[in-house]
Amino acid sequence: MICEQPAVPFIISLIVATLGFATPLTLGALCGLFCERSGIVNIAIEGLMLTAAFVGFVASSLSHSVWLGLLFAVLAAVLMSALHALLSIRFSVDQIISGTVVNILAIGITGYFNSVLVGAHSLPDPPGTFSQIGFTVPRDIAVIGGSDFKLPPLAILAVILVFVAQYVLFNTSWGLRTRAVGENPEAADTVGINVYFMRYSNVLIGGTLAGLAGAYFTLESTSTFENGMTAGKGFIALAALIFGKWRPFGLWGAALLFGFAQALTITVQFLQQSVDSCKFGIPRDLLVVLPYILTILVVAGVVGRSIPPAAVGQPYRKGR
Amino acid sequence: MDTEPRIEDRPQATDKIELADHDQYAARPASSDSTGGKPGPGSPRGGLGQLGLSALQALIVPALAVFTALVIGAVLIMLTAALAPRQGPSAGKQGLELVFAGYGGLLHGAFGSWDALAASIVTATPYIFVGLALALGFRAGLFNIGAEGQLALGSLAAAYVGFAPTFVGLPGIIHLPLALLAGMFAGAIWGFIPGFLKARRGAHEVITTIMLNYIAAQIVAYVLNQVKPGQGQVRTPDIATSAYLPVLIPTSTHLKEVHLGTVLALLAAAAVYWLLWRSTTGFELRTVGANPNAAKYAGISVNRITILGLTLSGLLAGLAGAAEVTGVNHYHTAGFSAGYGFDSITVALLGKNNPFGVVAAAFLLGSLKSGAGDMQLSTGIPIDIISLIQGLILLFVAADYIVRALYRVKAKQEDQTLLTRGWGG
Repeated sequence: MICEQPAVPFIISLIVATLGFATPLTLGALCGLFCERSGIVNIAIEGLMLTAAFVGFVASSLSHSVWLGLLFAVLAAVLMSALHALLSIRFSVDQIISGTVVNILAIGITGYFNSVLVGAHSLPDPPGTFSQIGFTVPRDIAVIGGSDFKLPPLAILAVILVFVAQYVLFNTSWGLRTRAVGENPEAADTVGINVYFMRYSNVLIGGTLAGLAGAYFTLESTSTFENGMTAGKGFIALAALIFGKWRPFGLWGAALLFGFAQALTITVQFLQQSVDSCKFGIPRDLLVVLPYILTILVVAGVVGRSIPPAAVGQPYRKGR
Repeated sequence: MDTEPRIEDRPQATDKIELADHDQYAARPASSDSTGGKPGPGSPRGGLGQLGLSALQALIVPALAVFTALVIGAVLIMLTAALAPRQGPSAGKQGLELVFAGYGGLLHGAFGSWDALAASIVTATPYIFVGLALALGFRAGLFNIGAEGQLALGSLAAAYVGFAPTFVGLPGIIHLPLALLAGMFAGAIWGFIPGFLKARRGAHEVITTIMLNYIAAQIVAYVLNQVKPGQGQVRTPDIATSAYLPVLIPTSTHLKEVHLGTVLALLAAAAVYWLLWRSTTGFELRTVGANPNAAKYAGISVNRITILGLTLSGLLAGLAGAAEVTGVNHYHTAGFSAGYGFDSITVALLGKNNPFGVVAAAFLLGSLKSGAGDMQLSTGIPIDIISLIQGLILLFVAADYIVRALYRVKAKQEDQTLLTRGWGG
């Protein structure tokens, strides 16, 4: 069926699926971008997303509003990233340890409260997911006529935020300060930039973005929460950030590539199940590990070179 | 620790460089033989040598961290009790009564009987291995987040040797060691790769090991699909009994019986202690961990140590998986390893990266995990509270400033390693 006529609607659905899968990766990687550009390593994207996903789910169920759910998802992630900021900036805790603290706490908090709430059956049904924005291609247009081109709001927002991030980081004085603090905090301090303030605010901005990424899971792609449902997407987002060389457009491209790989694995699987004659010969397992292998190759400098902000990971102490 | 203390001397970071390391570093040219690795007198770091007042002092912060985490856990239990109607014998309990019932159930589940104690020991065993793997890496300034993948591949390799027709039929005295060796080898390779990439290409091990975890998971999933014994069973076939680790303390249920793996784990702890504080290589590992620039200046090959450190770390993690397969599960299935890698970060840090501290911390975590089932059964408190408590323990151990401020414990020159030197390595 589909194999005999590789229909254009199929390709459009692949594009839509790619943009969908890329959404949490893009937003998560943008979270990492702001943190790491200001000098704070963030391996807590996964934990921030998981917390946001859970809180978004609970808040939307209780308030019966996806938008209130989104608000609380973002607030929860900001709160968790404040913990990361406090640990790594105020207490000079190793930033990878601090990120691990957030990740493990996120698993514990979401798992515990999920058991409590589910065990008590005290949650009303969730209100569903965001309604999609977009259009159906008119029938009278050749080839692609009749196919849906609709995207949910977070997918659209993610794309907009890529451009916003690019503008903010590279065309505003805020962005210049952020990058200065991430490259050479001593020098930045010398010219009067408040290193702590820049780092705190960028980690919190990152928390906002991770909150949006987490909301994707329970308010956009599905309307339920399962334990550990982010399933390592936060780490793929980190991979996208590194693969994209700490640049907004770079990480967006990486997120799209990884999202495409994911969309393809599902579509290929679907095709192979539904149409027996349809063996694409694409090794599915290879597609799944593609993001990880590419990231290793990039950090190892085999394909290009990914150079992080110079001061990332180093605590800053004013005075010397 | 700070890479460049001479150039950018940040007091907070340099405070953390332990004095003993400077002493040893200073003494290095004079004593490059094996005695160079001995901890200096009065050094707060170390194992057997410092079982005195300083060891007690070193215990204060971890103990208070655990205590504080349990108190916060108790508060959470009380607060959430109102939210959820519970099932079980203690369902009606509220407030402190519920907390005592819950933690009582936890204690009972962990130590209440010989069987329970055995289960706690069995649960703790992989955490000892992986905690040692992490601690060894930390001592060399390496953050091995890849223990998860190394353990999974170690399990798979051990299981393969256990069930593959080529090996089945070998006498146990050969078959079992072969399975364990296969696990160690697989883990070591998965540790060597990030070590090599870091040494040769400057790729930060945190990034590469996170990525390698997922690749390992996919390899395991792929292989399990090839070897699965039947439809719907995504796991390896059972291994031959000749590859079983002998049971040391049988239990009445024949579940979670203490096996030789626990002894191996304790031996591994002693071996890591010997390696780190009684051998030249260990001295080099710790010197690189303390200050790579100084180590290079002193003629230590940082590249060699980096590769060695991650390979050994991977080897221990692989052995953890092999011991689980040959000692407890007798097959390998996907997802069974979930969490060991991250949980063991808590174990290593709670144990202050000291092999014997790691054993104690692993036993604590093993008991918590093992006892949680009884707690849930008797009071309906979800076992997930353990992850929460574990996260809090890690929080308070990592940010010991909080604990010190809370309990007015004075800071002393203590063992702490700043691990991240930025993604650039």
